[in-house]
Amino acid sequence: MTGLQKPELVCPAGTPAGLRTAVDAGADAVYCGLKGPTNARNFPGLNFTVAEMAEGVAYAHDKGAKVLAAINSFPTAGRTDIWKAAIDDAVSIGVDAVIAADIGAGAYLARTHPAQRFHLSVQAGASSVEAINYYCRSFGIKRVVLPRILTVAEIAELHSEIECEIEAFIFGNIGMMAEGRCLLTSYVTGQSTNMDGVCSPASHVHYAEDADQNLTTRLGEFAIDCVSCGQTTGYPTICKGRYDTAPKKGYYAFEEPVSLNLTKLLPDLMRAGVTALKIEGRQRSRAYVRAVVSAFRQAVDAYHAGADPDISDLLALTEGGKETQGAFGSKTWR
Amino acid sequence: MQPFLTLGPVLLNWPAEHWRDFYFQVADEMPVETVFIGEVVCSKRAPLFDRHFEEVVSRLKAAGKRVVFSTLAEVTSKIDRRLVKRVAASDELYIEANDASALWHLGGRPHAVGPYLNVYNEESLEFLCANGARSVCLPPELPANAIAAMANTAAGLGCELEVQVYGRIPLALSARCYHARAHNKTKDSCLFVCDQDPDGMVLCTQEGRPFLTINGVQTQSYSCLNLVGQLQELIAAGISRFRISPQSIGTGSTAECFQAVLQKKMSAEEATAKLAETEFEAPFSNGFYHQKPGHRWCS
Repeated sequence: MTGLQKPELVCPAGTPAGLRTAVDAGADAVYCGLKGPTNARNFPGLNFTVAEMAEGVAYAHDKGAKVLAAINSFPTAGRTDIWKAAIDDAVSIGVDAVIAADIGAGAYLARTHPAQRFHLSVQAGASSVEAINYYCRSFGIKRVVLPRILTVAEIAELHSEIECEIEAFIFGNIGMMAEGRCLLTSYVTGQSTNMDGVCSPASHVHYAEDADQNLTTRLGEFAIDCVSCGQTTGYPTICKGRYDTAPKKGYYAFEEPVSLNLTKLLPDLMRAGVTALKIEGRQRSRAYVRAVVSAFRQAVDAYHAGADPDISDLLALTEGGKETQGAFGSKTWR
Repeated sequence: MQPFLTLGPVLLNWPAEHWRDFYFQVADEMPVETVFIGEVVCSKRAPLFDRHFEEVVSRLKAAGKRVVFSTLAEVTSKIDRRLVKRVAASDELYIEANDASALWHLGGRPHAVGPYLNVYNEESLEFLCANGARSVCLPPELPANAIAAMANTAAGLGCELEVQVYGRIPLALSARCYHARAHNKTKDSCLFVCDQDPDGMVLCTQEGRPFLTINGVQTQSYSCLNLVGQLQELIAAGISRFRISPQSIGTGSTAECFQAVLQKKMSAEEATAKLAETEFEAPFSNGFYHQKPGHRWCS
């Protein structure tokens, strides 16, 4: 693959220790969020105080890595000060880019901190040339994080027509709904993915086992899956549950509990002109982050050098041991 | 500003004649001021209605309805992009933009903003209004206090706000077609199986509880949003447009109920009882408004 620019490996950092782990394992950049509703992974025990993020920036910069601050949920009317403060704080501690999705947050960032590098979050759901160029023109975004719904061929075509860099997900959890446009958690639990940064909150998940050891999983009042003894499954979300419709019973109506794994498509993505490769998983353990980041570091370096790396280890790390190329491989996924 | 009813776009795949006759009925009988029309959910469906489109639009206009052309909500493929361009790039049509690609084509011309474009806060409202937005339909999950905060800002911008008050709630969009999936097909090979379900395909939990409604790439609530009891509160907050989302049956009598309450000819209690009697059967919900799970009904 000589002659191609080596893509940046963008890795998750849910905690300060996770950030150091990812940087040490070879991340070119880490992304992280501040505590509270301002980012799309507002889970208990995750995320950074401003002071912690400042320390993270110092640590990463010292090792030649970048820090990208995800402030990518949708500020709610009447409490936008929380998001504005998060943007101001992130800029003041010297993050390398702010990742945002909301038009209002984008307008605030572009107006108040015009020199700050701005990446358009996947939560903006910008999946067409025109949508991406709208954000480029309106807010001067430098990079778009693409929704996980495009094929590699479509990404290559997009690359030639848009005015910014492309960051694409390559590994980790894959939500089935268009990012930034899913109210399912909100409908069931009252906590909103868009406004609170919450998806399928653990506080609303309940398990009940019957006499035959069948395990029913509930989110709020609704049974979203029933697992018989011995079956493996991932973290329960509405879009990976099993349901009944008239034509089919007890099936994964939206998607099986699988993880995205584009290891085999990495050379194609690099040829398609992708600037940055993103690994999902700010909620995952340090051991997981270390293993995944190291493996991808080796894979990207090997592909770039024209070698064929051994990528079999990554399968063991996917959700429930099941993997998919999602939309990236072929249109038949749709 | 005098509050009035609007009719959201038909979100489902109805037989073309049924679709045409529905809009004829809207023109002839329904007390709605504005009618949103056009394919919002699936670009593959759009050509099915082409042959009736002109006739329907002129009938609506002749009846004095304001006709607004809604754009596709999720835009990815070439067919999607062509459809949005065809609608949004036209100088002659007044557009409801449902994604950023429509805004790109509009280039600042006056337009409406639909509920699929995320407008959650005052700053977003200001930016969009400075770039041609004249009205905005708010996201369905916004609670009462946020709606009120939005209305405050909108008043200063000369922007009218709209809130969906009736019908199934659009909850999610996907690149994958779940109608096709249930029938062991893919989006490209779907054979338009969604036309078997004029009010969508009900998805139940494995315990048999109706939960969601599948409409191709869209997931809707199973429950039917009903904010008739909150109309006066919304008017007091400064909301002037109230959207009814069409179902295959009972939409006309629903609009009449809401109109009667707007004109203070009927109480909200009376209207709720009447709405429960319409042919369209689904439990009511209003949880989002009360900052509760959206499926809940707070009476």
